[in-house]
Amino acid sequence: MKDFRVAALRAEFQQRMWVAAGVGAFLLLVLLGRLFWLQVWQHDHFLALAESNRISLIPGVPRRGGIFDRHGAMLAGNVWNYALEMVPARVADVDATLKSLGEVVAIDPRDLRRFQQLRQENRDFEPATIRLDLSEAEVARFVVNRYRFPGVELRAAAARSYSYGETFAHVLGYIGRINRNDKARLEADGRWNNYRGSLYIGKMGVEKHYERWLHGLSGFDYVEVDSGGRAMRTLAHVPSRAGHNLYLHLDAQMQQIAEAAFGDYRGALVALDPATGGVLALVSKPGFDPNLFVDGIDQDTWRELNESMDRPMVNRALRGVYPPGSTLKPFMAMAALELNYRKPDDAISDPGYFSLPGSSHRYRDWLQGGHGSVDMRKSIAQSCDTYYYRLANDMGIETMHDYLQRFGFGQRSEVDMDGELEGLLPNQAWKQKRFKQPWWPGETVIAGIGQGYVLATPMQLAVAAQALASGGRIYKPRLLRAWHDPEDGRMHYAAAEVAREVALRPENLAVVREGMMAVTQPGGTAVMAMAGAPYSVASKTGTAQVVGVAQGARYDAGRLSKYQRDHALYIAFAPADKPRIALAVMVENGGHGGSTAAPIARKVLDYWLLGKRSAAAPAEVLNTGGAD
Amino acid sequence: MLQWGLMIKHSLRRVFAYVDLPLLFLLLTLAGIGQLTVMSATGGGRVESNLINLCVALIAMLVMTHIPPQRLIQFSVPVYVLGLLLLVGVALAGDVVNGSRRWLNLGVARIQPSELMRLGVPLMLAAYLHYRQEALDGRVFFVAALLLLLPVGLVLRQPDLGTALLIASAGFFVLFLGGLSWRLIGGMGVALAAALPLIWHFGLHDYQRRRVLTLIDPGSEPLGAGYHIIQSTIAIGSGGFFGKGWMHGSQARLDFLPEGHTDFIFAVWSEEFGMLGNLLLMTLYAAIVVRGLQLANQAPSLFGRLMCGAITLTFLVYAFVNMGMVSGILPVVGVPLPLVSYGGTSMMTVLLGFGIVMAISSRKTLVKS
Repeated sequence: MKDFRVAALRAEFQQRMWVAAGVGAFLLLVLLGRLFWLQVWQHDHFLALAESNRISLIPGVPRRGGIFDRHGAMLAGNVWNYALEMVPARVADVDATLKSLGEVVAIDPRDLRRFQQLRQENRDFEPATIRLDLSEAEVARFVVNRYRFPGVELRAAAARSYSYGETFAHVLGYIGRINRNDKARLEADGRWNNYRGSLYIGKMGVEKHYERWLHGLSGFDYVEVDSGGRAMRTLAHVPSRAGHNLYLHLDAQMQQIAEAAFGDYRGALVALDPATGGVLALVSKPGFDPNLFVDGIDQDTWRELNESMDRPMVNRALRGVYPPGSTLKPFMAMAALELNYRKPDDAISDPGYFSLPGSSHRYRDWLQGGHGSVDMRKSIAQSCDTYYYRLANDMGIETMHDYLQRFGFGQRSEVDMDGELEGLLPNQAWKQKRFKQPWWPGETVIAGIGQGYVLATPMQLAVAAQALASGGRIYKPRLLRAWHDPEDGRMHYAAAEVAREVALRPENLAVVREGMMAVTQPGGTAVMAMAGAPYSVASKTGTAQVVGVAQGARYDAGRLSKYQRDHALYIAFAPADKPRIALAVMVENGGHGGSTAAPIARKVLDYWLLGKRSAAAPAEVLNTGGAD
Repeated sequence: MLQWGLMIKHSLRRVFAYVDLPLLFLLLTLAGIGQLTVMSATGGGRVESNLINLCVALIAMLVMTHIPPQRLIQFSVPVYVLGLLLLVGVALAGDVVNGSRRWLNLGVARIQPSELMRLGVPLMLAAYLHYRQEALDGRVFFVAALLLLLPVGLVLRQPDLGTALLIASAGFFVLFLGGLSWRLIGGMGVALAAALPLIWHFGLHDYQRRRVLTLIDPGSEPLGAGYHIIQSTIAIGSGGFFGKGWMHGSQARLDFLPEGHTDFIFAVWSEEFGMLGNLLLMTLYAAIVVRGLQLANQAPSLFGRLMCGAITLTFLVYAFVNMGMVSGILPVVGVPLPLVSYGGTSMMTVLLGFGIVMAISSRKTLVKS
């Protein structure tokens, strides 16, 4: 009975299994029939559907905002031109197409290299640029022959144009093609979607720093396209939103005057508005042509720019660090007064050198034989080294470090540009960390005249000058003055930002200002450069040694090579009683501050305060009253 | 040296003692196809995690083969009761993801109890019929049907039509193979047909009704519910007889296919390998089912036969529902293509099932009843 039951169950199971298998086989056959219908019978239909009638999402690239100076002169803008693009996936033989396309429009090897690179980076159905900036004749020739080149399209594109060329290169920077690194960064920030149609991104300067504002917001078109990739009709349209137009504090004409004033010299100039910290001029010489970079620079030009001894790609205003030399003295004087190391009328007798107690080493003054009896005002006017050797030795490096730091030395100014260096304001801890050595008293002595380890950028010197001009209030330097938002059509003004306040007693500030005003008075170190100026100037010259001069030897400019001569420095603010501009000038290997740097400042001050181009004589003819 | 070799050989033999090599070979071939297709669908991504999912599931299958049927049958009631409790828990306090209440947060981990029931329900039913094999009358099947409908109803309510369908078919196959009378089957068929209008109006969610409608006329909503089906049929059809080649399907590459690496992976495969590839795929699925049924037939006990048969046939339903949906002959139901779609849970459930099939069929001893 039980065996019978087991056998019956097994038989039942087998029978049911066959039924199930039969139904399963039937279902699979139905499926195969459906697949046969789709893949064999209707294959052509579906292939056509797949190839054509794709609904694609075409990003609408927003118009990039323009960049203008304070008066509305356009520094960077967009010009429209035609570009030729290919979608490799829609072209049967890419090489053959390129070859016959070359008979219609000029395609040089550089274009080909760029195209191949784009093709590698992109997916096959994304358009890759073949040629940019087609001439009208080329556009016409292509349009006539268009039927021969399915998958090749003409595209009107906005190209960035920097109408002032080199003049604003270091300020504006440039935009360039979005590369892998840019893409990775955008993806990490979650901003890539906004750049799907964009070709360019800011790479340097204002273009980079204000990228988010300038770029705008991408729009989208849902478009039905045919198998050749041409748009048939738009299903939906989301408009793009143009980027902001930026208005800078810069004055284009002043920038041009400053740039021209450098002549063939290398160097930098930074001019600030003491009331806001606005950057009125920012020059770094030599510059470069930013237009070269927009669509990829060719190898040779790039190598030339990078390997040049003159290093045109370095923004000296922010990234050049130089010993501040004697331009540090007004701040040393401020420290002496505020911290009660000196009274204004305390006078020393200057024999022309300073020696540390118990040492025979002579720290020489630039003036052989010395300045005689020197009080604080005279020490600034004549730039007496001995006075500051002694002062530094009395104060000690730690006191100097802590006080000078308040004026911004050794730290970034937080200007609205990238890549700023922080210079160097040394102390014992720094030297221990950097060299694992103790601090020597002699190092304090030379730091007192801005030599030795002390390094500053022209931007830092300008900020320090601005601090004196504004009675101790230090602003964060700002290029951006206002922006125009196309959405609301209004102008928005950027607020000035105070970095910090240095408490300065008015009577002390007055002493230092009087000393700085005496610099351009008879007996001062910059008397010739400012001769006849109808406004008062508070300033200080400086000369920074590039190579050391041995004990007992003399500095001889004629015997040193072009790149070993001293750097010339000059800081100033004017008018001295109610300053409207503060600036710093650095001329690389320019020699004396009073003879090369100050005349450049004169032209800028004349323009800004008098509204005219300076008639001052060229730098070579000028001679200074004292050699710094 | 020789000793080591012998030891390794010996232990390998022990590990694979209960594995059915033909079935393993077929499963691995299918899984290999799956790995390649996922790679293509994602443009080269998810390769590692997909491979890890497969390896973990394979190891789980190996472990499963070591559990003898007499131990397995003891698990049937606890697993079923636990699964039912968890489903009730989901209904009362489950997490809502994408509009469905499917997940239960246990504090330590989030689980989807309906997946457990895909094996738990046939296990329970097969065990029940096995214990009652002396007299399989109408009452037994009635109780069994209740045991089946309870979890199916709970899963339907989540709503998770795909999983409910798979649980229901697994349970149905147990009853069917156990000898459910033809008259009852016919009666149920008629009842279902009569209830269709009611189900249509009250049983289905809005989106489910739309899915059925778009099956009839996909063009009615080209950018809405019909989008998936239009794009997947274009993908399949444009593949032609020989296909466009691995990694060369434009529909998949151009991101026209949503869920290309999960539920709609069959379209990617069809586009890239064409009708030829599909014949291979059908042959593989058929071969796996045939081998599974062969093994079921070899099983010495009723429990074993029912379990093996139900698991194998559910696998077929699973594959058919997915391919039918992607090729546009069935409404869109969220069911992955077994062993091919990306996803660890589905892979695990399928291979655990075949682990049970191997465990049962490789042991000749009868289950004590």
